[in-house]
Amino acid sequence: MAAVWSDYLLPFLIVVGESLLLLVLLLIAVAYLLYADRKIWAAVQIRRGPNVVGPWGLFQSFADLLKFVLKEPVIPAGANKGVFLIAPFVTTTLALAAWAVIPVSAGWVIADINVGILYIFAISSLGVYGVIMAGWASNSKYPFLAALRSAAQMVSYEVSIGFVIITVLLCVGSLNLSAIVEAQNSRWGLLGWFWLPLLPMLVIFFVSALAETNRPPFDLVEAESELVAGYMVEYGSTPYMMLMMGEYVAITTMCAMCTILFFGGWLPPFPVVPFTWIPGVVWFVLKATFVFFMFAMVKAFVPRYRYDQLMRLGWKVFLPISLAMVAIVAGVLQVIGWAAK
Amino acid sequence: MIIHAIFFYLFAGVTVASAVMVIAARNPVHSVLFLILAFVNAAGLFVLLGAEFLAMILIVVYVGAVAVLFLFVVMMLDVDFAQLRQGFLNYLPVGALIGAVLLAELLLVVGGWAIAPATTPTAAPIVANVSNTAALGLVLYTRYVYFFEAAGVILLVAMIGAIVMTLHHKPQVRRQNIAEQVARRPSSAVELVEVKPGQGLS
Repeated sequence: MAAVWSDYLLPFLIVVGESLLLLVLLLIAVAYLLYADRKIWAAVQIRRGPNVVGPWGLFQSFADLLKFVLKEPVIPAGANKGVFLIAPFVTTTLALAAWAVIPVSAGWVIADINVGILYIFAISSLGVYGVIMAGWASNSKYPFLAALRSAAQMVSYEVSIGFVIITVLLCVGSLNLSAIVEAQNSRWGLLGWFWLPLLPMLVIFFVSALAETNRPPFDLVEAESELVAGYMVEYGSTPYMMLMMGEYVAITTMCAMCTILFFGGWLPPFPVVPFTWIPGVVWFVLKATFVFFMFAMVKAFVPRYRYDQLMRLGWKVFLPISLAMVAIVAGVLQVIGWAAK
Repeated sequence: MIIHAIFFYLFAGVTVASAVMVIAARNPVHSVLFLILAFVNAAGLFVLLGAEFLAMILIVVYVGAVAVLFLFVVMMLDVDFAQLRQGFLNYLPVGALIGAVLLAELLLVVGGWAIAPATTPTAAPIVANVSNTAALGLVLYTRYVYFFEAAGVILLVAMIGAIVMTLHHKPQVRRQNIAEQVARRPSSAVELVEVKPGQGLS
């Protein structure tokens, strides 16, 4: 009986506890990222943004949460009821599941698996199902158009994200996320992180991440000027909130992934004394927040792409460049002898 | 080990059940969604076997790309369910025959390997002390490199074939020249004209 406790139950409880802690912190972070998103967008347009609920509007996201939860969920009569209700769960669950493998500091990770980066790539490529299912099950024109757009858009940009990941993996020699961060640990601090040698790939990754998470300027899936709200037209109350939440959690995942691949994860920017005293998780959060700030600024600055421009950028610009960079990076590593053994 | 067994039966059970639902579901979109569920659970079985790389590739390639396009096409088709169900039983003998052939082949392969492991062609020896992703790379690019390249060439041929079949250059269709559009300046695109009242242009 003691063996059952120490072999199965205790590790199980520890994993559940860790997951709950991470999820709660993540969702609180998402609430404030949403607030930050609106504030940054407002500041660019010289507006105040949310400023009523709480001091400086700090509790706005929680007020929104209450509003959504207390509203009546409406299911359209023509909708395919089962799929209609499963779709928000698919979006949210998949987005949250990706965080299981993300290391926020040295050793601070729930599942330190060998193929961590592939796991995140796989999970984020599944995110499209939430959109397609929601769009199809609504049985309405705008959501259906959004589902069709999303299917093509996400598949296109996954290809270039895949090649960006391959170039980073060529430099690291491992698919483990902690190993990817450790490979950027050098005495040059932030100059040793991959953003400098792989700068073109950082740009491609950043833009593809915007497209993969349906952020403006690539939010053609929910473009309000042409599709009203895209796949979310028929949704209200809690299901709508879950779709939105899944979308924002997916954005935090992409920020974390960008931090890990290009900005050295939890490593301090200067490997000297006052910076190394600060715990790694602080650096990780700071860097991920910086990437999110860039996401928000792009949303404020850049007008929406046309659909054919989006496809052209993905297939005719990013795909050839990233494919060429895989060959170039592999060749350079081989010639100068830094290839991973 | 009991946890292992529980998860095996969970994944295997859901895989088989959703595979049955693929052919039993009335709505073709539901069929594709059950097919995706079957893929994901098969990936779970791969993880239980310790083949985490294969599991992730299965999800990335089949679930993340192939099944999306499949769902895309099925969603766009306007399927008449009643017509689809007519004559369903006519195909039963053919389906049963194909199933029987596949079952016999599986039995021969697995049976031969189970009865006399030494006589069947052996796979590459498993490399110790590396993760299975690295081990896969070590045999794939050395021992099986010709098979790997042949598979690549076949895929390339299939891709070129698909492009050739769908690419039609129609002379009357106007195409966009992106460089030309980007190079346009207000001086070449806009003309400022002073229009006299009551006369209009030209």
